[in-house]
Amino acid sequence: MKNTDIAVVDYGMGNLCSVAKALEHVAPGKSVVISSNPDEIASASRVVFPGQGAMPDCMRELDARGLRDSVLDAANNKPFLGICIGLQMLFEHSEEGDAAGLGLFKGRVRRFATVDMHDRHGDKLKVPHMGWNQVYQSRDQGRAPHALWQGIEDGARFYYVHSYYVQPEELSLVAGYSEYPNSFTSAIAKNNLFAVQFHPEKSASAGLQMLSNFVNWLP
Amino acid sequence: MLAKRIIPCLDVTDGRVVKGVNFLELRDAGDPVEIAKRYDDQGADELTFLDITASSDNRGLILHIIEQVASQVFIPLTVGGGVREVDDVRRLLNAGADKVSINTTAVLNPQMVADAAQRFGSQCIVVAIDAKKVENQPFEWEVFTHGGRKATGLDAVKWAKHMASLGAGELLITSMDRDGTKIGFNNPLNKAISDAVEVPIIASGGVGNLQHLVDGVKLGGADAVLAASIFHYGEYTVKQAKQYMAQQGIEVRL
Repeated sequence: MKNTDIAVVDYGMGNLCSVAKALEHVAPGKSVVISSNPDEIASASRVVFPGQGAMPDCMRELDARGLRDSVLDAANNKPFLGICIGLQMLFEHSEEGDAAGLGLFKGRVRRFATVDMHDRHGDKLKVPHMGWNQVYQSRDQGRAPHALWQGIEDGARFYYVHSYYVQPEELSLVAGYSEYPNSFTSAIAKNNLFAVQFHPEKSASAGLQMLSNFVNWLP
Repeated sequence: MLAKRIIPCLDVTDGRVVKGVNFLELRDAGDPVEIAKRYDDQGADELTFLDITASSDNRGLILHIIEQVASQVFIPLTVGGGVREVDDVRRLLNAGADKVSINTTAVLNPQMVADAAQRFGSQCIVVAIDAKKVENQPFEWEVFTHGGRKATGLDAVKWAKHMASLGAGELLITSMDRDGTKIGFNNPLNKAISDAVEVPIIASGGVGNLQHLVDGVKLGGADAVLAASIFHYGEYTVKQAKQYMAQQGIEVRL
């Protein structure tokens, strides 16, 4: 089998074309495949783990296709980018449908409160959190920003659409956060893994820059 | 802080973008891919394509257009018009749409909204509501279907709540009295719906100037504002619209 440069994990949930098209756009010479084949995912140099829909369905479909081990293996061993539910599934448990996740990281996935959320103009905040919000990059303790933030302004806007957010126990995982209206974790990073709540594939130039950073990332 | 969104709307028929007045008198406004790229360059937050093709022969054209746009424009794309079954939703998502807007079918078969939300997630299901002010009903605004030709007897505000409860992740509210008139959104209608539901609403129908966009957010409680003709004919760019909204104290992505 010819080695794939980038595999986008397909577990039957939602639209993966957007992710694949955006990756092809930033990496014209590379092979991008949408795959539900564990061998293909294992042989790929980089893995993107997207997701849409409800967490219990996503976990069930992932297991139905026998992809749990290949996702965990990739998350531990090669450049790995989780997007949206692909971030949430890395944690232990989600309030959405009271579902267990992959448990790679300690922490829970919580729902935004639906009552009494207002922005600083007093406007009612809706759920899903949908649209372009600022993402602040974690730069505490003099650490340099993560390689995936390269060329992206601190506080740049990315496109979100979600009702749940992750609450990691290990604060050192947090690579970025946003406010709605309270701060929530919008990006995590550990070794070869980076995962985001927003959709870089739909976030215009900032998102394409992040995908380009991922494609060239040597963790 | 989350930005209010500006969404240019492209009515598409026979592979071209057109614009009508009160759902009639169509004028050609250009090539969909070129227009989509131009709006993306100007900073549009999303794009909505409405397939207003009357004959089913040309249905496939919109899929082809969405594929082309999605490989060149990396912002959310919503597609609506003629979505009748869950399989239509799948086809549009596979072509590159991020959200699918359901209008007449939601009234004829509300279960389809629930089924589509269950299968693909609420985040990609938009329910479009065409509403008109009525005098002879116990409520103020009635839902219409079939491009505004058919009264349904449904109260638009109650209908909006019902659709959100079935799994619609967003509501696109078009005031038929205002559509194409350039006298501004129906802010009381939008405000009533925005206050009644937890999901975001998009105001549509009637934009004639940039103050109307501001009013849509400030008076109508809209999370996003949709407009077509002010952008298609070059009266204003999306960027000008955003700069004006920012000057009026509205959070936008500049």
